[in-house]
Amino acid sequence: MATVISVENLSKAYRLGQIGTGTFANDLKVWWAKVRSKPNPLQKIGEQDHGNRDGETVWALKDVSFTVQQGEAVGIIGRNGAGKSTLLKILSQVTAPTAGVVRVKGRIASLLEVGTGFHPELTGRENIYLNGAILGMSRAEVSRKLDEIVDFSGVEKYIDTPVKRYSSGMYVRLAFAVAAHLESDILVVDEVLAVGDAEFQKKCLGKMGDVAQKEGRTILFVSHNMAAVTALCSRACLLNNGNLIAEGEVRPVIERYLSAAKSVDRIPLAERTDRRGDGRVRLTDVRLLNDKGDLVEAVASGQDIRISIGYCSMDGAAPENVKVGIGVYSMNETFLLYCSNELVGTDFKSLPPEGRVECRIPQFPLTRGQYNLNISFLIKGILADWVPAARGLQVVEGDFFGTGKLPPAAHGGFLTLQTWEASSASPLRDGQL
Amino acid sequence: MKSELSSQENWSLVIVPQRGLFDLRLRALWKYRDLVMLFVRRDFVAVYKQTILGPLWYLIQPLLTSVIFTFVFGNIVGLSTDGLPKFLFYMSGTVVWAYFAGCLTKTSETFISNAHLFGKVYFPRLAVPISILISNLITFGIQFAFFLFFMAYFALTGSDIQPNWWILLTPVLVFIMAGLGLGFGIIVSSLTTKYRDLRFLVQFGVQLLMYATPVIYPASFVPQRFQWILQANPMTPIVEAFRYAYLGAGSVDMPKLLYSFGFMLVIVMIGITIFNRVESTFMDTV
Repeated sequence: MATVISVENLSKAYRLGQIGTGTFANDLKVWWAKVRSKPNPLQKIGEQDHGNRDGETVWALKDVSFTVQQGEAVGIIGRNGAGKSTLLKILSQVTAPTAGVVRVKGRIASLLEVGTGFHPELTGRENIYLNGAILGMSRAEVSRKLDEIVDFSGVEKYIDTPVKRYSSGMYVRLAFAVAAHLESDILVVDEVLAVGDAEFQKKCLGKMGDVAQKEGRTILFVSHNMAAVTALCSRACLLNNGNLIAEGEVRPVIERYLSAAKSVDRIPLAERTDRRGDGRVRLTDVRLLNDKGDLVEAVASGQDIRISIGYCSMDGAAPENVKVGIGVYSMNETFLLYCSNELVGTDFKSLPPEGRVECRIPQFPLTRGQYNLNISFLIKGILADWVPAARGLQVVEGDFFGTGKLPPAAHGGFLTLQTWEASSASPLRDGQL
Repeated sequence: MKSELSSQENWSLVIVPQRGLFDLRLRALWKYRDLVMLFVRRDFVAVYKQTILGPLWYLIQPLLTSVIFTFVFGNIVGLSTDGLPKFLFYMSGTVVWAYFAGCLTKTSETFISNAHLFGKVYFPRLAVPISILISNLITFGIQFAFFLFFMAYFALTGSDIQPNWWILLTPVLVFIMAGLGLGFGIIVSSLTTKYRDLRFLVQFGVQLLMYATPVIYPASFVPQRFQWILQANPMTPIVEAFRYAYLGAGSVDMPKLLYSFGFMLVIVMIGITIFNRVESTFMDTV
């Protein structure tokens, strides 16, 4: 099979902080090098430290090389900030790489976000033409496919209504329909499946499967949804901190991703950079304790546990009206549980500038598996700090029911307390009410 | 990394860190001509939706401006209009100036106002400024027709206006103005990705520049010692030539028009070069 995408030593650096080199002389030097198409003389290379930072430069991608064959569906996976979106942005020419070359055979179409360029005042039909043209279709091409697109989107009745009157579901359906019918050789898709209802998502997945298998087009698919990647892709690439760390068959790569996800814990929480919030408070560590207060590495289903969260105020002020949230997610980022002091009516009116908050969960309900905890810290309703996957949570089989028994093949799912009884009340027979 | 490699196989697209200085990708732009036309259409359809007067605004703007100018500069201040009917004199100036100003201000917002779009999909970025030139050209066409209507009215009611063969020069004049607007506009739009202040400078600067152009006064009215300012302004010969061709007062000065033309070429070259530099990485700085 022919190689349709070849990526060689691709790197992308983002400068943090101010733009420009600081002095006019350096700006000139860089500019002169650029004019001669020489590499930037002031850019440090060959340095690698934790988190891929060279002074003020962050490498979103570093020396990534791989090839994609015609008709393949390749999944690109990795944690947030691993460089997936940067890779797609370079492939779809939204931004230029800092070093390296990408060679592509055939027309590339990107679905970085559906509905790009939709104008709210224009009708559905006008937007199909506009969006199609933005994605690189000619007017004639769109006209030829118009019926198919409208049909797929399921918004025939409203096709001559301005899209600002559409529901968000209709909007997304129409947008996906346009992109999916684009006559391209290579389709680049980023998380479109995060939107729309379950039925439409299934339709999209089906359409993309058709595109790859029946039409022989190539797909690059970025997703957090491991189930979708497994279903759709024949190969996967795993990115971590801008490096390509695994490539090949889907299953082994996904397993590698899931086990690599654990290693996130090794970066001290206080030093993580993938956080959000205004920074008034910084989460420092998350500990897992049993009911006696001893540190534990894993918890067992049914165990009484405590999650202890350390924080410190960055401006020395005592945080007031605090809301701490713990989100429990599965490895494929499915949201499972949410705990918060606010839900149970515990007010943290004023906390010490540095300290710990603890959440106690009796009879932990999740079954065996690996999970992640997202932690948020809000002060007076404003996000002060938020860290995704702040800590991994390993759950082992435990005696939830006190019977020594567990549901068959327990991977994933919840356990719940229950009682049973039997009586002689008459059973419902056919036709009786 | 070797560029020889790419020539051995027939890759349809090669993405490299930096493109050559004058690699303008005009062929890609041509491929996207439908997009340019759809942008033009979008601008037209969308702008006056949910307005009561709709497209009438195209006519109200020059009409009101000319009326106000006639009143303020013509009647109150009493500026000379080279013997032309005041209303026609001001209208010819404002309509012509509006085209240049529109091209400049709109193109100068290319990157900022399309950041969400440019951040998601690739298409030749020049498609946006070019669509702006075209939609402004249509606006200009409508407003100019409106001007011709008044011209006919004034001619029939016996005013002394003398349209002449220089009218044939109109497309050239429009072309130079479009080029000037495009050139300045894309230079500013490229620089605004780094320095946002320029946006304010443009809105303000265009207004000021109007006073350095014979829009509300004839060039002949300017004292000798300030003439150089007027003559350095590449818009001066254009406004003057328009007025001479359609109304018979003003001047058509070939060397000065050539100066404007040359100025336009240089500005467009500089603009496209900078624009080209910026478009490949501007998403990282916006």
